[in-house]
Amino acid sequence: METLEPIVSELPLFKGLKPEHIQIITGCAANARFEAGEFMGRVGGPADRFWIIRQGRVALEIHAPGRGQLTVQTIGENDAVGWSWLVPPYQLRFDIHAVTSTRVLMFDGKCLRGKFANDPELGYELMQRFSQLILRRLEAMSIQLLDLYGDHDGEHE
Amino acid sequence: MSERAAAAAPTPNVTRTDPMQPAPWRVVRTEPETHDAFKLTLAPVEAGPPFTFEAGQFNMLFAPGVGEAALSMSGCSGTVDRVVHTIRAAGRVTKTLRTLKRGDVLGLRGPFGKPWPVGLAEGRDVLLVAGGIGLAPLRPALCHMLEHRERFGRVNLLYGARSPQDILFAKEIETWRGRFDVSVEVTVDRAGADWHGRVGVVTTLVPRAQFDPANTVAFICGPEIMMHFTQRELERHGVPDESVWVSMERNMKCGVGFCGHCQFGPLFVCKDGPVFRYDRVAPLLGIREV
Ligand SMILES: Cc1cc2nc3c(=O)[nH]c(=O)nc-3n(C[C@H](O)[C@H](O)[C@H](O)COP(=O)(O)OP(=O)(O)OC[C@H]3O[C@@H](n4cnc5c(N)ncnc54)[C@H](O)[C@@H]3O)c2cc1C
Ligand code: FES
Repeated sequence: METLEPIVSELPLFKGLKPEHIQIITGCAANARFEAGEFMGRVGGPADRFWIIRQGRVALEIHAPGRGQLTVQTIGENDAVGWSWLVPPYQLRFDIHAVTSTRVLMFDGKCLRGKFANDPELGYELMQRFSQLILRRLEAMSIQLLDLYGDHDGEHE
Repeated sequence: MSERAAAAAPTPNVTRTDPMQPAPWRVVRTEPETHDAFKLTLAPVEAGPPFTFEAGQFNMLFAPGVGEAALSMSGCSGTVDRVVHTIRAAGRVTKTLRTLKRGDVLGLRGPFGKPWPVGLAEGRDVLLVAGGIGLAPLRPALCHMLEHRERFGRVNLLYGARSPQDILFAKEIETWRGRFDVSVEVTVDRAGADWHGRVGVVTTLVPRAQFDPANTVAFICGPEIMMHFTQRELERHGVPDESVWVSMERNMKCGVGFCGHCQFGPLFVCKDGPVFRYDRVAPLLGIREV
């Protein structure tokens, strides 16, 4: 059977990890596909997996009463979606919705969490990498909050 | 209609006379671009020497009875018999300009300022990063690159707008996307569920672009904070500050280095810019981290 190991080791999120760690991660990975419009997860639902987009686009959405569904960010090829699997209570913070037909690598977070107990180094590595990802998403969201292209009083001399 | 001049058509070049004296130009066309931006096409009222400008330069447009504003040319650069501006109705002058109709006359001084160094980009990969109305001053640079496509490496346009309704040049973007020799990525900061494109700040497009960081030139145009974060993202991807150029915006009065209104540290944005190499202006930006 064809192994996902070469693909997993080339993903930006996992690049440079030790081969034995790549092997463990691959053991918790599977290919999956979502149709355009399909929800991959809903706010408050169990966060026991994360995905890396291979092709297509997914949206992180929130529902704002009276304003409908708002897209917070879209995630494209080679990027990871889902970090709530790392932190209790392991519940999704956003709706995750395939905008286009999307191919992903799906990782079983529960399976990986189980491995951390025996391999704290792997846990530390993944925490580091996901923290970076979260930091960059947070930075992007804070720039979004600045509403860069709107009218701002007192901005011009 | 072509923006290029017929070789023999004489048109005025007001910079040859008094740079403070606006020349009369007539509105030949006005078109809405988005809910708050519009395109103004102007032709000279009086005959004179040809009007020649380079990508990134600007004019001072005088709305009669209201005042002047600095506005970049958004049409293709060169010698032209018509000048095109794409303008966001932001304040007094630009809101008045939006009310002008075909046949109305306004005052024009220019062209002024240092252009995008398109020559420096030859033989290299190019990143044009635009935010909001910042796509207007970059359009002539892209136009030049597409006209002389063989001179440049991979050409990437990364464009961020506030919402899908704020996307400038939407039809043209589709045409550019249809070409195989330019990569165009668009993102918006906010959108409803009916938008199927990207959502996220323009910096998130940088990792999607194909470029060799050591042999890339980046031109960035947009709000200062956007340019700062874009530069930081480029730095993360290995593009040195010396390869990054930004177009600065300051309120202008004379436009030619007389009044000091646009002073930015030791620099005058109107005369030394508006296009600057990033490392020249970085110490003056003083942007605090968000
Ligand atoms: C080199 C250069 C090139 C440029 N090119 C373009 C271009 O191609 N297209 C374009 O659309 N713009 C361009 N600009 C920007 C344009 O010159 C400015 O937006 C200019 O200020 C417009 O003049 P205005 O009188 O219409 O607006 P202003 O009255 O100067 O208002 C500008 C901004 O200040 C805010 N403002 C106004 N009054 C107040 C107030 N009382 N309190 C709080 N906020 C207020 C407005 O909301 C607006 O955002 C360029 C600027 C420069 C320097
Ligand atoms: S606008 Fe007068 S010096 Fe620049």
